[in-house]
Amino acid sequence: MATIFIPAQLKELSSGIGHVDVAADNVGEAIRQLDARFPGMKQRLCAGDELKPGLQVAIDGKMSSRGVLAKLDVAREVHFLPVIGGG
Amino acid sequence: MKAATSDEYKILGTRPIRHDGADKVTGKAKYGADVQFANLAHGKILRSPHAHARIKSIDTSAAEKVPGVFAVITANDFPDPQDKIADLGEGPVTLSHLGSNVMARGKVLYKGHAVAAVAATSTHVAEQALNLIQVDYEILEPVLWVLDAMAEDAPLLHENVFTDSMGEASEKPSNIEKHLHFEKGDIEQGFAEADIVIEREFKTASVHQGYIEPHVATADWNEDGQLRIWTSTQGSFTVRHQTAELVGIPLSRVTVYPCEIGGGFGGKIAVYLQPVAALLSRKSGRPVKLVMQRDEVFEGTGPTPGSFVRVKLGAKNDGTLTAGKAWIAFDAGAFPGGPIGPGCMCVFSCYDLPHATVDGYNVCNNKPKTQAYRAPGSTHVAYATENVLDEIAGELDLDPLDLRLKNAVKEGSRRVDGPVYPEIGCVEVLEAVKNSEHWNAPLEGPYRGRGLALGFWFNCGLKSSATANVNTDGTVTLIEGSTDIGGSRTSLAMQLAETLGLTAEEIHPQVADTDSVGYTDVTGGSRVTFATGLAVCKAGEDIQKQMRQQAAVLWDCDANEIEISGSTFSRNGNSISFQELAAKQLQLGEPIVGRATVAPDCSTNGFGAHIADVEVDPETGKTTVLRYTAIQDAGKAIHPSYVEGQMQGGAVQGIGWALNEEYFFGDAGDMKNASFLDYRMPTCLDVPMIETIIVEVPNPDHPFGVRGVGETPIVPPPAAITIAIHNATGVYMRELPASPPRLWKALQEA
Amino acid sequence: MSKKIHVTTTINGEPIEFLCEARHSLLEVLRDSLGLTGSKEGCNNGNCGACTVMLNGVPVDSCLVLGVEVEGATIETVEGIAQNGELHPIQQCFLEGAALQCGICTPGFLVAAKALLEKNPHPSEEEIRFNLAGNLCRCTGYDKIVRSVQAAASQLQETTS
Ligand code: FES
Ligand code: FES
Repeated sequence: MATIFIPAQLKELSSGIGHVDVAADNVGEAIRQLDARFPGMKQRLCAGDELKPGLQVAIDGKMSSRGVLAKLDVAREVHFLPVIGGG
Repeated sequence: MKAATSDEYKILGTRPIRHDGADKVTGKAKYGADVQFANLAHGKILRSPHAHARIKSIDTSAAEKVPGVFAVITANDFPDPQDKIADLGEGPVTLSHLGSNVMARGKVLYKGHAVAAVAATSTHVAEQALNLIQVDYEILEPVLWVLDAMAEDAPLLHENVFTDSMGEASEKPSNIEKHLHFEKGDIEQGFAEADIVIEREFKTASVHQGYIEPHVATADWNEDGQLRIWTSTQGSFTVRHQTAELVGIPLSRVTVYPCEIGGGFGGKIAVYLQPVAALLSRKSGRPVKLVMQRDEVFEGTGPTPGSFVRVKLGAKNDGTLTAGKAWIAFDAGAFPGGPIGPGCMCVFSCYDLPHATVDGYNVCNNKPKTQAYRAPGSTHVAYATENVLDEIAGELDLDPLDLRLKNAVKEGSRRVDGPVYPEIGCVEVLEAVKNSEHWNAPLEGPYRGRGLALGFWFNCGLKSSATANVNTDGTVTLIEGSTDIGGSRTSLAMQLAETLGLTAEEIHPQVADTDSVGYTDVTGGSRVTFATGLAVCKAGEDIQKQMRQQAAVLWDCDANEIEISGSTFSRNGNSISFQELAAKQLQLGEPIVGRATVAPDCSTNGFGAHIADVEVDPETGKTTVLRYTAIQDAGKAIHPSYVEGQMQGGAVQGIGWALNEEYFFGDAGDMKNASFLDYRMPTCLDVPMIETIIVEVPNPDHPFGVRGVGETPIVPPPAAITIAIHNATGVYMRELPASPPRLWKALQEA
Repeated sequence: MSKKIHVTTTINGEPIEFLCEARHSLLEVLRDSLGLTGSKEGCNNGNCGACTVMLNGVPVDSCLVLGVEVEGATIETVEGIAQNGELHPIQQCFLEGAALQCGICTPGFLVAAKALLEKNPHPSEEEIRFNLAGNLCRCTGYDKIVRSVQAAASQLQETTS
């Protein structure tokens, strides 16, 4: 079970709910479940089956490069964040 | 929570001479501009004199007829990249925007925007030809200031750019290309709980990375269709990717040879010259070299965003912060993209705020396309937050250090953007301030003041590869793909040496071209010593595995029975050194080649605090930095000299940002100070020694505890300096730079 | 294209002849005609010092000198600082003191610092900073450069006393 934090800008789709617990193997599956509960969520987070360019997923605070394929087996928290480019 | 002490390591924490040192002090090191070829043609780029205009026509016929001219190209020579988006490692880029920045298509969006290019026998001939190119412009109204560009009726840069609000596009096209919003807790409640609330607005000017080596690229489009590029870049693989996309050939057709690089700081990731040199080479049938002049670097390449930031903080009388609210607008420059994401994520990253909201806007305007500059976005926002915090300390009569310590983030603190911090060194850094000689030294005299500020930056993980060949003389050749801007070859070699029990000198590091090493992301994001370091450590372990097998052949036993300690392999009283085993490798089995590739998830977080003492001359408004100390958590400092160097260099760049550096734009959007004389970066006469204190709270994600250190040091200086100016004069400087005329005026008005 | 002019000069102790156009700077001649690419171009207008060379014993920005001006002159570039296969103490001190990061400014600093120490073997920190203020470095914050010049001064002092 992982807690998916709904980005503040998408709370309009979740009637203000800030996080939900889902049982999912990976981020893609978690997004599908989220979308089933709050329609439109996937469209905001994904382009096709991938995360939107410019978005990344942080699992327990660690930025993952695996996007929708990132595993959630031992995850506690999932956040969707802007990508960070360094200098 | 003490870091591993230096005596646990033999190599880490020592200061060997860098491997490329002799080449660099004798003038032998080959930088991009030092590349020479027989038959080399020299290119030049024609740039727009207008900040915003439609290109009605370009006539190159007269230029083509100049004797000695080999080729002239415009955007029409590039394939149309359409709407494709490419992931360039550090973030996505819309290829049509990248392409239009390299060579303007239809419109010019800033003064200095490239519109055509010439290759000729010499730069002088190329320049003559440029003067003969006729461009017919329809001049449009430019918009420069970020808030002006956000206005409903502002001149629109792009018909096809809409405001993206996390996946939802605005109905009408807009200069605002992105809106981000974060929230934590209940902001109303947070401010209601506060005894004091302060809200202030801050502005910062466009500043440039200011690397001393101008952009340069030489391309040779071979008769067999293979394209080779020698260039100065922070990432040879990203140059390969961008160039292949923009000139429309498969990636494998391009080889990028990274030359020594004369500074980058984030500004040498996007391509400018490489695709242009490539097409000029194809058209002229010769290798073509393009080198920018300094004014082209200022006008045509990435400054960091100018910004407007509003920060509101609430606190209880005892100094506990209850709420924070930030509203941030950054210049994108001519095309979408920029560090608004990290800007929003960094604005409150040092403090544990129970309730907060952050809004960020990235706004297209008629300036060069902004590029990353050391901790992109973080300096702007730290300047605002730290100043407001300092004002709260003043109002509540609290010690500014204690106020920061009281609210500092620690392991388990939840960030406003959501994630929870792992083990971090923010408190340890502040404690190091408290114990420092500088913080406890008296500062007396009129118009003198001391400022303290905190800063934060992430470390990117991304991807790295390394190969390590064991030589029969017992040394190891390390092949990696991270271009070395500040001694990283050596910090990587040291990590391999530590892993294998060798000396730094027994490792021979080489930065290889894109055909000779596995994929490696850019030198940026404070990632090389961390992530490429991780690859290097793993390649070392791979070597040990193979050598263990060879020792097992030697002693006719199972490889698992062999123990390794330092450089000694042993079993049952038998032992053999790394060197002896290396010498026997060709008898015992296959040549030993270690390899590793990594893509670490990462959460490493770097905190730093700076202390500045300044003296202000009330008659001129000039600020002199009397004393300066940078304190930073490095996780584990591999080569302390180069860690200190990063801290010192970043601090001085930040001092320049605070006190002098800015793009002056005329009404027509033209930069008025595109030279090192008028864009005043600090000289050595402008700064004192920069004292450093390295704190080591190990990073749990790296075998040696390394945290990246390259970027955090530019974050605190503008805040530390302006707070010091306030303590010296009573005046808060809420616009950067706090240059003499601006400070003088503020003193007159005070 | 203008006619080339014949120039005779001494560079790093060797007599050198070259041909250059009237508009060619000394920096262009050194780098493009003579292959001495150790001197760097950072600005091409006298503001960064990356192109510093010694001209008749005086440090100058070679981008501001014309090739034709050096007829009969003696020039020393960064390539001439190490002698007989050995680094000069100033070079050694720059390496030991980590006075370079990217290294693009280093040739200019070495030439300027060597010139300073020849004129003034015991410069104060202020004098070092004043004399090197024509050389820009964006990477180091100057701290380790100034300290390395100080170290070189004391080392040179020991070897001469
Ligand atoms: S290149 Fe000569 S001073 Fe900059
Ligand atoms: S070391 Fe890079 S400019 Fe000085």
